[in-house]
Parts: sequence; C-alpha cells; structure tokens
Amino acid sequence: MDMIDTSLIDGLSIQVSQMLLVLLLSPLLTGLVRKVKARILRRRGPPLLQSYRDLIRLVRKEAIVAESASWLFRIVPYIVFATTWVAAALVPTFATGLLFSWSADLIVIIALLGSARFFLALAGMDVGTSFGGIGSSREAMIATLAEPALMMIVFTLALVAGSTQLSTVAGIMLSPGVGLRVSIGMALVALVIVAIAENARMPVDNPATHLELTMVHEAMVLEYSGRHLALLELSSSLKLLLYFSLIACVFVPWSLAPAGAPLHVHLIGAAVYVAKLGVAGILLAVFESMIAKMRVFRVPDLLGAAFMLGFLGTLLLFVSRSL
Amino acid sequence: MDKLALDIAHFLAGSLVLVSLMLLYQDRLPALLNVFAFQAIILALSVAWQAYVQGASDLYLTAAITLSVKAIIIPVALHRMIRRLGIHREVETAINIGPTMLAGLGLVALSVVVILRVTVNADVFAREDLAFALSVVLLGMLMMVTRRNAVSQVVGFMSLENGLILAATGAKGMPFVVEISVAFSVLIAFIVIGIFLFRIRERFDTVDLEAMDDFRGESR
Repeated sequence: MDMIDTSLIDGLSIQVSQMLLVLLLSPLLTGLVRKVKARILRRRGPPLLQSYRDLIRLVRKEAIVAESASWLFRIVPYIVFATTWVAAALVPTFATGLLFSWSADLIVIIALLGSARFFLALAGMDVGTSFGGIGSSREAMIATLAEPALMMIVFTLALVAGSTQLSTVAGIMLSPGVGLRVSIGMALVALVIVAIAENARMPVDNPATHLELTMVHEAMVLEYSGRHLALLELSSSLKLLLYFSLIACVFVPWSLAPAGAPLHVHLIGAAVYVAKLGVAGILLAVFESMIAKMRVFRVPDLLGAAFMLGFLGTLLLFVSRSL
Repeated sequence: MDKLALDIAHFLAGSLVLVSLMLLYQDRLPALLNVFAFQAIILALSVAWQAYVQGASDLYLTAAITLSVKAIIIPVALHRMIRRLGIHREVETAINIGPTMLAGLGLVALSVVVILRVTVNADVFAREDLAFALSVVLLGMLMMVTRRNAVSQVVGFMSLENGLILAATGAKGMPFVVEISVAFSVLIAFIVIGIFLFRIRERFDTVDLEAMDDFRGESR
C-alpha cells in the first residue's frame, strides 16, 4: 500500500512539474526563434524575454469584443488554451511514464489539437469579417491535408513500436533492436513537414506578418484583444513546443528519465530537454530564413508529399514485417 | 549479420521506390533528369549490395554498367539534348501532381500486395526485391502514360528498365549475357529515341506528343 502511494505521488509531481515546465518554456522558445531570425537578418531583435512581457501587457489590457460576436467568441480562447495544454502535458518531455500518459495516446493528442483548431476556425468566422473567414477556410484546408499525413506517421510508428503510447514508442526507439529502417526516416521528414504546416511557420504561413493576403493563423485571431489574445498567443507557443517535444521524444529520445528513476536523472533529463529545444529552435529559425513563402495553392503539394512519405513508410513496414 | 544485410537491402530498395515517386513529382526537365541520375546511383548501390550478399562477382559488373551508363552517360546526353532542343526551361503544365501521386501510391500498394501473396515460398531477398521492382516498373509506366513531353516519356521508360534490373538482381542465377544484352539494347533504344526526338521536332516544331495526335486526326 505504501509503495503504491509513493509511486502515485512521484508520478503526480513529475506530471505537474512537466506541465509547468512546458507552460513556462513555451514563450521563451518563441522568443528564441524570433531572436535568432533577427540576428540572421543582422537586426538586433527583441530580447529573449520579450514574449513574456507581451503576454503580461496583453493580460493587463482591456479585452474588446466586437458587437456582432456571440458567446462562442468569448469562450474559444479558453477552450483552445485548455486543449493545447492538456495535449502538451501528454507528450513526454524529460521523463517517460507520465501519470496522464497511460490514459491517452498519440491519437488522443492529435484529436485534442484537432478540436482546438476546429474551435479557433469557428471563432474566426463568428464575427463575420471577411479576413476571419479567409483565415478559417485556409486553416481548414491545411488541416484536412495535414491530418491524414499525421495519421499515417502514427501508423508507421505504431507498426515499429507495436503501440501508440508515446512512452512505449520512446522506449522501443531507445532499444538496439530497431535497426536501420528507412520508414523511420520517412516518418521524421513527414512529421517535420506537418509540424511546419500546423504551426503556421514559414513556407506555409508567415508568423511575423500582418499582410492581409498571405496570412492564415493571424487572420483568424485578428478580432481578438487583451487577455483573449494573450491566451491564443500562449497556446500557439505551446503548440510549437509540443511539436518539438513530440519530434524529440520519438526520434531523439536519449536521456529521457524512465519511470521511478532518482531525482538527479530527472534533472539531467530536463537539462538535456532544454538543450534539445534550443537546438530545434535555432534550426527552425535558420530554415525559415532560408526559404521563401509558398503560394497557398502549392501547400497541398507539400502536404501531399508528407502524406506520401507516411504512406510509403507504412507500406515498407508491411513488406518487412511479412517476410 | 543476416538481419543487417536484409535491413540494408530493404533500405536501398525502399529508397528506389521513393525516388521513383519523386520522379513523378518533378515538373521541370533538368530536375527530372537529376532525379533520374540519382535513381540510377541508388540502383547501382543496391545491385552492388546484392553482389556482396550473394557473393556473385558478376553482379559488381552489372552495378558498374548501371552506374556508368544510367547515372552518367544517359543523363548527361539528355541534358545536352534538352539544351539543344531549347526546352530546358519549360515547365510541364499538363500534369496534375496530386492525382498522379495518389495513383502512384495505389500502384505501389497493389504491387506489394500481389507479390507478397504470390511468392510465399521464395527466398526473403528475392521476395522483397520483386515487390519493390514491380512498383518501380509500374511507376515508370505511369510516368509514360501521364507525361506529354517526349523527353519525360523517355525518362519514364528508362526508370521502368531500372525496375527490371532490380528484379533481375534479386533473383539468383540470372545469366550475365542476358544482362549485358539488356543494357546494350537500352543504350541503342536511347540513341534511336534521341534521333526520333529531333525528327519529331523538325516536323512539328515541338516535342509535345499531343501534336502527333492532332496529326493523326485523333485530337480530343
């Protein structure tokens, strides 16, 4: 009885500290990407902590709601933030064997992100301005193309690991029996493409612009202000962090602390996790500076390539398993 | 060792299928030719690996022929040809990438299902190679069907032939004479096609094969 109690307390404390860690780190990550992009362009750029200051400023400001807005418009920021945070809590960042992770797998994470996107698209259309409508329709187009690709990646991973549970997948990837698999490489490339599209990053959408004709995500949140906008900004930072954690957890799972490990292993895991995030953020900034934005109607080709890679990875695994 | 050997063979043959799909994705001729050369390099690596695993030294020769003819001579010659024809900047507009890719994926799935059902008792390496080789052949055919430009159709034909080589090396005991004669017949076919390309251009002022349909009175 005692044993179960201590393990429960351990699991709970790890889960809570992970949830707080992702929440605290996500604005820093966004700030890092902005800073590196500015440095590459030989500008000084905002300080690293600017995103926190922006959030605090937005929270203090008055939230203005359009006259034609319904009740949906008011509650959507909270829904989006809650679902994204829960999804981020399910991805192992520095320790596997999270308490919540046994109740939900990779498909639940995709579903949570999908419902967040659904409500955001509804809110974009709620006020009835034309920009919100454009943003919502484009977001829906990107989402309908990205989600099948994501499902194919999940199938590939599930075929390799025999489970859709992220902790199990990370454990299998660490074991030497995985060997040289072309499918895993394909899944990685596909997941990177999907992550770029889902987070409205450079070749698909420009996160820094308010130029009407090119924006997708910014167009949907155009009518928001004050604390609502702060929550939406925080959730988009969280989503970026979530995708980085997902890629790190599945493809570079080294130094993830296993369940029941002593405290210093967890601390090392956390330090390595922060380092992984830093490397990923710098890579994203370099990639974004090197590439030009794509025409909206070319996006299906890019996401189609991601789908194709995922599908081909699944097929190849079927071949090698049936031998 | 055996598992690693199989993993590497799987990796190379899988990349070959992936590059065949990349060929379908390209709509500019120089890029298409570069991807084709890349496909030939992967094929040569795959054949060399089969030679090492099977201990068959004549397969090394096949790999060398593939590398020199398919990866260097034919792409370079085609590059010069499109430059002389003045079509190296053209973008193929008639193809629709999305449906073509979906059709290609369907063909890959079809060939995997068919080959794995048919060859239950065969050798592991042969089964895998045959499954991937059939998909490369079918993707080459798809390329020949969907493209209108004569040069792209030639590339489709050549990539189809790459699939045949993959199939031949997977099956043990293919006589070397047959392989040499296949390689040379492809080279001769390439020369004949090259001459025809210039004749077509002289006659119709284009290498778009739609023009020939008009000429035969079969226009849509």
